[in-house]
This record gives sequence, structure tokens and C-alpha cells, in this order.
Amino acid sequence: MTTVRTQFRHSRESGNPANKGAREALRAYWIPAFAGMTMFWCAFGIPLAAQDTMPPAPYAYRQLADPALEAKARALMETLRCLKCQSQSIADSDAPMAGDMRSQVRIRIAAGEEPEAIRDWLRERYGDYVSYRPQVGAATWPLFAGPLVLLLVAGAAMWRRFERRR
Amino acid sequence: MTRWRLWVPLLLFAGFVGLAGYMLTKPKDEFVESRMVGKELPYFALRPATQDRPGVASADFRSGKPRLLNIFASWCLPCIAEARQLEALAKAGAEIDGIAIRDRPEDVAAFLRRHGNPYRRIGADDLSEVQLAIGSSGVPETFVIDGRGRIAYQHIGDIRAEHVPMLLEKLAEAGS
Repeated sequence: MTTVRTQFRHSRESGNPANKGAREALRAYWIPAFAGMTMFWCAFGIPLAAQDTMPPAPYAYRQLADPALEAKARALMETLRCLKCQSQSIADSDAPMAGDMRSQVRIRIAAGEEPEAIRDWLRERYGDYVSYRPQVGAATWPLFAGPLVLLLVAGAAMWRRFERRR
Repeated sequence: MTRWRLWVPLLLFAGFVGLAGYMLTKPKDEFVESRMVGKELPYFALRPATQDRPGVASADFRSGKPRLLNIFASWCLPCIAEARQLEALAKAGAEIDGIAIRDRPEDVAAFLRRHGNPYRRIGADDLSEVQLAIGSSGVPETFVIDGRGRIAYQHIGDIRAEHVPMLLEKLAEAGS
């Protein structure tokens, strides 16, 4: 692709509009581009069609009037995983389900619920997976203990070396 | 320092590469299973999603007989593929209630006209509230609810022909 592009630019710069090479390069450039676009729409156009036509939930895209409450809701939304688009937080996602989750978070925060209570409510339903906030648990404690153990081992090894040298 | 000790870091590294390589060959599991399986269905009462079927409430699942709760939507393509299998389940005696996620009554009606209506009741969940409350993360999903309102099983994704006997078995198990 790069070679075609440089070739194309080169023949344009040579100042010969009737240049056959330029026309060929143009064709060589546009045909793959068109094929690429078609493939793109086949891959992404169909899932796009599978979207509902309902309006977004009341607080999906509307902030709470109270800035302090909105900040509280926002902080929570940034650490909750979108279940349909699993590498995004619900704050980042435009999936309708993420919008419904944002709306629910905002309404519950506005009603006085604590963010951690909402997180726990979701974890009761979807497991730790729904939360991005790291948590020490039966499966995750080695992640926290590992670096400490490594530090201790390295410290002990260094201490022994320096002792021997003396 | 003994000679074999020199190899320990390399072996550790090789072990790590081996593990990473092995994990890369395994397909990624994108299903988020509901933790509500085994628990009581949370309270809900949904308005009818279409004119010719009543809405769904959690109380409907305490009739003593196990039922299927199908989460679907007219805008969901795998739900179309699933419709025939739901029909087969209904013919085999399964009682199915549906919850339509973020859907308009006219769209639900058109979907049912076109792909069949195996449902006894259909509730409308406009803000995915019930879906979130039962730990469902997409459409379609199908839950087996025992006769006492407890979630006995969750099937994620569309029901294929091979899942029909399995779901009938789960229904029978939930009823025993």
C-alpha cells in the first residue's frame, strides 16, 4: 500500500497529468480501498443494525444537577465494566445497556445510595468482573503478595552478597 | 554458586513464555455468567410489551411449575435464529415467558407476527432494569425458573437445536 501511495504522489509531482503510471496507481489505490470499505461495512454494519430504536434512559447522557453527586456517580461509572463491550467502562461506552446502567447509577446516587453499595449490588449479579477496581480476594491475593515476596527475596540475596564481600 | 542455579531464571522465563503461549491458544470466554443462579428471582412487575399478551411479574414464577424466562428483543438478530427453537420448546410442553429489552410495542408485535409467538406473557423492560437485576448481560438469554421463583439455570446466547433437550431436562430437574 505504501509503495503504491508513494508512486502515486511521485507521478503527480512529476507534473504529467496524462501519465499512464499515475492512472494505474490511482486504480491500484482505489480498488483495494473500496474493497476495504466494503469489508468494513460487512463487519461493522450488521451489528450496528442490531440496535434498538428506543430513546436513551433518562440519565444515560444527562448529568445530575448537583455537581458533588454527579462527581460521585462519575467516579463509580468509570470503574464499572460495560457488559456488552467488555473493554470499556460504562462511562466510556455508547452501548444502550451501558446507558441504562449509567442512568441507574445516577438515579440511585441521587436517591442517597453509597457508590460502594451500588458496586456490591452489581457484583452480586455479575461477579467481580463488572468492577474495574482491584480487590484483594481469594483469587487475587498473589498479585498483591507477589511483588512483596520478590522484594524480600531480592533484598535477602543482596544482603547476603554484601555480607560475603566484607 | 553451583552451576545449575544459573539456569533458574531462564527456566522461569521459559515457563512464563510457555504459559502465555498456551493461554493464547485458548479461546477467550466472553460470557459473563449471572451470580443469581440458585437465588430467588428479584421482585419485578413489567407492563405488557404487546397488546395480545399480559405483562410479566416475579410472582408469576411461583405457580409451582417451572418456567422458562426468555430475555429477547425485536432488534436482536440471534433472537430470530432462536425463535424456532423456542417454538419447539413450547411444543414440547415448556411454558415460556418473555421479557423484551428496550423495545416498542409495534416492533414486538411485528417480530412475533414474523417469527412466531411461543410466549405466555411478555413484559417490557425499557431501561434494562430487570435484566440488570437478574444478572443478564445481553440478548438473548434464557433462564430456567423453578416453581418457587428460584433461578435454576441460565443459558447465554441463542438456543440452538442441540440445546432444546438440555433445556427440557433442566426444566424437569427444576420441577422435581
